[in-house]
Amino acid sequence: MALLIRRKEKAACSVTILRGPSAVHIMALRFEILGRFNRARAAQLTLPHFVCQTPLFMPVGTQGTIKGLTNNQLEDIGCQIILGNTYHLALRPTAELIDELGGLHNFMNWPRALLTDSGGFQMVSLLHLADITEKGVTFQSPVDGKPMLLTPEQSIKIQNKIGADIIMALDDVVRTTITGPRIEEAMYRTLRWIDRCIAAHEKPNEQNLFGIVQGGLDPALRDICVRGLVDRNLPGYAIGGLAGGEDKDSFWRVVAQCTAALPEDKPRYVMGVGYPLDIVVCSALGADMYDCVYPTRTARFGTALVPEGVLKLKHKVMEADVRPIDPTCSCMVCKNYTRSYIHCLVTKDAMGSQLLSYHNLAYMMRLSKDLHMSIIEGRFPEYVCGFLQKQFPKGDVPEWVCNAMEVAGIDISSCCVPFS
Amino acid sequence: MELHLHCLRRLSLLPQPSRFPSCLFSEEEKRNRVQEEEHHEKKKMRFVVKACRNGRAREGVLHLGSCPTAIETPSLLLSTCKGLPFFITRDLLPSLPSPDSHLLQMSPLHFLECPSATTISNIGGLHQMVGLHEHCFVAAPRDSILGLPDFEGTNKLGASFETTGGRRLVKPVEYMKIISSLKPDLWTSLADEVPAWVSEKRNQMSVDRTVCWLDDCIGINLAAGASVLGAIVGGSSLDERRHCAQEVVKRNVAGYWIGGFGLGESMEERPALLAAVTDLLPAERPRQICGLGLPEEVLQGVAAGIDLFESTYIYHLTLGGSALTFPLDGEERHGYDSQLSDIGSDHTKINLRATVYRKDTSPIVDGCCCYTCQNHTRAYLNHLLNVHEMLAHILLEM
Repeated sequence: MALLIRRKEKAACSVTILRGPSAVHIMALRFEILGRFNRARAAQLTLPHFVCQTPLFMPVGTQGTIKGLTNNQLEDIGCQIILGNTYHLALRPTAELIDELGGLHNFMNWPRALLTDSGGFQMVSLLHLADITEKGVTFQSPVDGKPMLLTPEQSIKIQNKIGADIIMALDDVVRTTITGPRIEEAMYRTLRWIDRCIAAHEKPNEQNLFGIVQGGLDPALRDICVRGLVDRNLPGYAIGGLAGGEDKDSFWRVVAQCTAALPEDKPRYVMGVGYPLDIVVCSALGADMYDCVYPTRTARFGTALVPEGVLKLKHKVMEADVRPIDPTCSCMVCKNYTRSYIHCLVTKDAMGSQLLSYHNLAYMMRLSKDLHMSIIEGRFPEYVCGFLQKQFPKGDVPEWVCNAMEVAGIDISSCCVPFS
Repeated sequence: MELHLHCLRRLSLLPQPSRFPSCLFSEEEKRNRVQEEEHHEKKKMRFVVKACRNGRAREGVLHLGSCPTAIETPSLLLSTCKGLPFFITRDLLPSLPSPDSHLLQMSPLHFLECPSATTISNIGGLHQMVGLHEHCFVAAPRDSILGLPDFEGTNKLGASFETTGGRRLVKPVEYMKIISSLKPDLWTSLADEVPAWVSEKRNQMSVDRTVCWLDDCIGINLAAGASVLGAIVGGSSLDERRHCAQEVVKRNVAGYWIGGFGLGESMEERPALLAAVTDLLPAERPRQICGLGLPEEVLQGVAAGIDLFESTYIYHLTLGGSALTFPLDGEERHGYDSQLSDIGSDHTKINLRATVYRKDTSPIVDGCCCYTCQNHTRAYLNHLLNVHEMLAHILLEM
């Protein structure tokens, strides 16, 4: 049988392998800051498969596909990195099969960059019987019900087989809403596991291992974790354990603390963040990468992302509304379809999910690009103010946003009603 | 004045333009109307039979609406849900072969709930609403997927259908209101389709109603009458089939829509029933059939001189996870492969859910130039089907 002719659209400029002081720290990325505004930065992130512009949003393609979109549509809307879930891919079609068929890039024929998570989060969030010990995460196999163990070594081995541009260290995930010694234990364990992950990583010159900062909402624990990880001189760092229902004021403070402590010349990834407002705030605080299922999941439930916030297309008022979802959006959906037509598709027909997912991801890509360009062109504060004005036309910008922007050094007084 | 003119133009796009007596229009407005009619004339259907083969079978060329090029018949109409292919978005449609894929079938019944006819008119009709300006739509109530005839519920007032929103009785007035708002390139009149096993009396009644509704539909909207395909029924009675065809041929219609098939008649009796109808139809007008979906059934229709077919088979295969693989170049393969049939495949299609494709890195069909075959392997499709991902259906429908 003839093999498919695949597009070899690899990143134009080759990635130099940078050797750290001990020659052990090889990395397969280049991170060049192109512009700044206070803590915010716009950068070019060169990965083995694609040259990305940050800040960037990564849609989640859990099982080797973004639900309802084809690869060329993702390229059309400017998607740079897709996230794959190690847990799901390891179950089906299995890491061995992906490896045998030339890695996930080949398997799904995605020419741009990929990132895989460690699999730990799904085990804890999806499986009630997960038990975390020093060895790893023990869980009940959804296939045959037998207890299985995922160690840091195995997670990395699986991710090496899947072959994404960025792979994530296995961390000890705890819900942010809990308190007490468990948080501290998880943080120290995450630090111990990072060394096992580094040792197990077989392809440091093809795949970049990112460490994950844990430590709950406790600044002291976060500080220990950040410093521990920075000492390991990894290609990039993620801020984990957030976006799990904690209050917004704690959320941004953790992000601000971590971004301040992480090295300037490495990408910073805030895990699980996907609300447009959160992305704008985190970018102002110096974060670069985000991922979330929110844009595609909310689309399947009939909600569109618009500059003013969200538009619920299931609502009766949409029935006779002949305007596009967002008149300022130039995506395929907004150029061709009315709210009234989408209204009669959503939550009933597959096409409704497909069209809304397309629009929502196009919106997230445009948001990423706008953040990048406004920083480079030196008009970031104006962009942030414009964004907040549309989201909060009455000037009722939440207090946590105001506090975060003060720390980020961005004057948003023009779009806020003074607090009385 | 500018604004007023604009409003009038908008009005003339609405369903009942003939209501306005011509004395109300100024010279300029009249000129506009003439231009509009000329434009309409250009969009009108033209059909030419190029050649006849083996008796009834024929090859034709159909020029229709805003389709950039002529479509060769016999041809398949791509099934749609609410005017769009089930899974293929507009940006992916150009990757299908042109111009054949420009011919779509749609059901006005999909718009019984929403949007309202007024909203559809406000948007500017079906083409505008679904964003497919260079595609042609043939509207027929029965789509054999989401809308099936419900002969027991049909009465003298209107035809009943099983739809996703339950049973619905559709009266000619209601039906024409939707047709007038959608403005499809061709549309079929309302039919009372009955299965093969009904009594002779019920079958006769279905013919009388169908002919009566054709008159009603044309009467309600004279302008739209130019693009109507007259519905022909008659169940499995040769006499009723002939009677219905004779009556419809007397009417001024653009073409014919033959219904009442795929409803319990046998493969053996079908050719005679089809021939009874097509022998009475004038050669120069197109003929569409409803209810014949399987490749063998389509061939029966082609042999009887049918020009247009529905493609429900593609939809059902897509949902079942199968891909068509039969060679189109006439290359024959003989013999029975037991290995293939064990996994639900044969020489015309393969079941991509089967484990044998788990590691198969070849495309569905070697050398096929569709988006799916150009970009993805059998192994990837097998994975997508196994994890119930939507992309599987998108790729298979293509």
